[in-house]
Amino acid sequence: MSSSASKRRNLLAVCATLLTGSLLAQSSSTHSADSTSLNMDAVYERPFLQNAEAGGGNNQRKLALGGYLEMNATYGAEDGLTEGLSLQARRLTLFSSARLARNITFLSEIEFEDGGHEINIEFAAVDVALNPAFNIRAGVILNPIGTFNQNHDGPNWEFIERPDVSVNLLPATWSNAGVGVFGKFHKGKVTWGYEAYLTNGFDDRIIDNVHGRTFLPASKENDERFEQSSNGRPLFTGKLSMRHHPWGEIGLSYMGGIYNNYTPDGLALDVPRRVHVAAVDLQKTIRKTGTTLVGEAVIILVDVPETYTQQYGSKQRGAFLDVVQPVVEREIGAWPHAVVLVAARIDWVDWNVGTFNETGEDIGDGLWAITPAVSLRPTAQTVFRLNYRYQWQTDILNNPAALTATWMLGLSTYF
Amino acid sequence: MPLSLRTSLALLTLAATVMACSKTLPPAPEENSLLDGPIEGLSAADQARFLRGDEAFGEIFTSTSGLGPLFVAAQCASCHPGDGKGSPFVRFTRFGQADTTGNTYLAQGGPQLQHKALPGYSPEVLPAGATSTDLIAPAVTGLGYLDAVSDADLIALADPQDLDGDGISGRPHFNRIPDYAQLRPESVELNGMYICRIGKKGAAYDLLHQTAEAYNQDMGVTSIFSPIDPLSGLEQDPEVTMQTINDVVGYLKTLKAPIQRNPEKAEVIAGGEIFGEIGCDGCHTPVLQTGSSPIVQLDHVEFYPYSDLLLHDMGPGLDDGYTEGYATTAEWRTPPLWGLGLSRDAQGGSYFLLHDGRALSIEQAIEMHEGEGQQSADAFEALSGADQDLLIEFLESL
Repeated sequence: MSSSASKRRNLLAVCATLLTGSLLAQSSSTHSADSTSLNMDAVYERPFLQNAEAGGGNNQRKLALGGYLEMNATYGAEDGLTEGLSLQARRLTLFSSARLARNITFLSEIEFEDGGHEINIEFAAVDVALNPAFNIRAGVILNPIGTFNQNHDGPNWEFIERPDVSVNLLPATWSNAGVGVFGKFHKGKVTWGYEAYLTNGFDDRIIDNVHGRTFLPASKENDERFEQSSNGRPLFTGKLSMRHHPWGEIGLSYMGGIYNNYTPDGLALDVPRRVHVAAVDLQKTIRKTGTTLVGEAVIILVDVPETYTQQYGSKQRGAFLDVVQPVVEREIGAWPHAVVLVAARIDWVDWNVGTFNETGEDIGDGLWAITPAVSLRPTAQTVFRLNYRYQWQTDILNNPAALTATWMLGLSTYF
Repeated sequence: MPLSLRTSLALLTLAATVMACSKTLPPAPEENSLLDGPIEGLSAADQARFLRGDEAFGEIFTSTSGLGPLFVAAQCASCHPGDGKGSPFVRFTRFGQADTTGNTYLAQGGPQLQHKALPGYSPEVLPAGATSTDLIAPAVTGLGYLDAVSDADLIALADPQDLDGDGISGRPHFNRIPDYAQLRPESVELNGMYICRIGKKGAAYDLLHQTAEAYNQDMGVTSIFSPIDPLSGLEQDPEVTMQTINDVVGYLKTLKAPIQRNPEKAEVIAGGEIFGEIGCDGCHTPVLQTGSSPIVQLDHVEFYPYSDLLLHDMGPGLDDGYTEGYATTAEWRTPPLWGLGLSRDAQGGSYFLLHDGRALSIEQAIEMHEGEGQQSADAFEALSGADQDLLIEFLESL
């Protein structure tokens, strides 16, 4: 599809969002934030839906508009070289929802990144709620891999940067045209959730890209992926989640399929090559201290031709862990329920796991980062964040790491 | 209760102060610990070209931007990480020429083996019977200085008949040059050939020649200078522009020379004296001078490459049976020793020295010298352990 067609599609989506936004709406009554909610419910737990539900009743065809804004200032340096201070308008995201009929709900998320440099439909799906245990979703869906991809709204996090494992190993935000089913079961203190989707998937870019490494996010550069599968083979994504009250939530997810276009126009140019992604994620709040732990760990296996360069690795892994601790919860200024939090994140990514054929030495191309943070939440929906990120990144040969430190001060808020 | 103006200002000041605190940011490494970076004092135009060339040097090629289909590496910087020496990870093979009569395997994919291939393609394999050698790429720092040495100076250093009887008989590599080469001022011609000096065998005339061939043979990227696709053997439209290649050449010309560490240290000075005493400087000439250059910083300046840029017979141990141009199979152009101590920072923490990285330490590299280097290798063996250590310390300071 041409870029102009892509722009038209995006423009139509934006117009649809704006047109529907003047009315109130409600979300499906099967989705509400409570102790049984799972990460998979993130698209239903956005404040605009919660607010609409609280004030809207059950009238059909009521629509709602919401969104969030992220902006920040950064000042950093790599190995002593700094680009100075930058002010960034990172994201303006618009949500809309509409109840189309009883138990049929439309939800969408349109994101404008970097001041409109990129416009993406991150989510635009219709949910048919047949039963809490069995629902159908079709449209542009968020593949349920790990925790962050489905729960990526900026105001939910104390960190300005997104986790490296989520955006530089996994391709968050990773959404595709697709269809699937999801549902939840409750038994005692345990809630089980499942999701299973077939979507369009990856393409050859994951091992043929300007990043010079196996890089799943490179497939996001394919403008045609919402309209046409790269190889006619769907990508499967499935997730099983369990929340135990009060232990917390753990999720196991898998995403896999053939990524390469091995028979363009019917000509067999290559053999089918698969990508496998497995992730485990957790969310846990320690009730006694109020400490929250969130993290995910990922392993990726890619069938890379042996005759290709080892610069593109066949195995990748990474993880992140956030620890968030509220330290002050009281009236601050005009905000009666303000909260001050301290937090820390550890990022780890290894883009190329293995050893060099030529020397037997470990292949590098990895990253570690630690990010202490302080944030102020005047309300739950708005967060002012001060982050300091220190990063060690090695090249493929494991030469001395490039050291990068960045101060970030920013705002992220739902509206 | 709203925040007071004082409190608000205090918070903003605190945030600004913290962000501006340079102590929380990683310091720049010492300039003498890095191989990359421009020559000091370049004009604005040369700096702009340096930046463009730097970016092009780091460009990662893909199938859509011209990589391959057969290739060795996907970017210049793969073979020259941090502008330093390559590692065995990007070791490459040249084949097909056993003597000075030329490469007889050009029609079969010579002179370089593209042993990697885009998915779906089969990489090149070494033709049966072809003589070959493995190579790792040299550092590219300071190349502008080497490129600017006058032919007259190289001829003055040469002693092909070993008339001084020191056992060293270096000679310049007179070779045929491509049509697009721009002759240096006062170039010396010999039977239609000119002094070449770039590359392990010194077979490339200048940085343009080297760069155009590297794009083609290393990455499978065609240019107006080297338009033949290594896979098909057919002339193709340029996959990289002339401007980009010129920018990369400009970048290579204006990379700084490596800076010696601890030159005042007593052990380094003593090691330098031993370097001369055992005859290493017979080939690894410490000081050269550039000739005329349009780049002011390269015009008639003294520099310290520890190379004479001449061909020397290195004996049977380093004779792989492959050659280029009019060098013999045992002849290698003296590699500059500047930057030697920083090699490990580009090679993943280990030394991989000599033309194919076979020497895993400086000591091994010295011991593998034969031919014209045999005397110095023997003299190194005869040194006391302490003196050997001093020599190594000196070499690592370069």
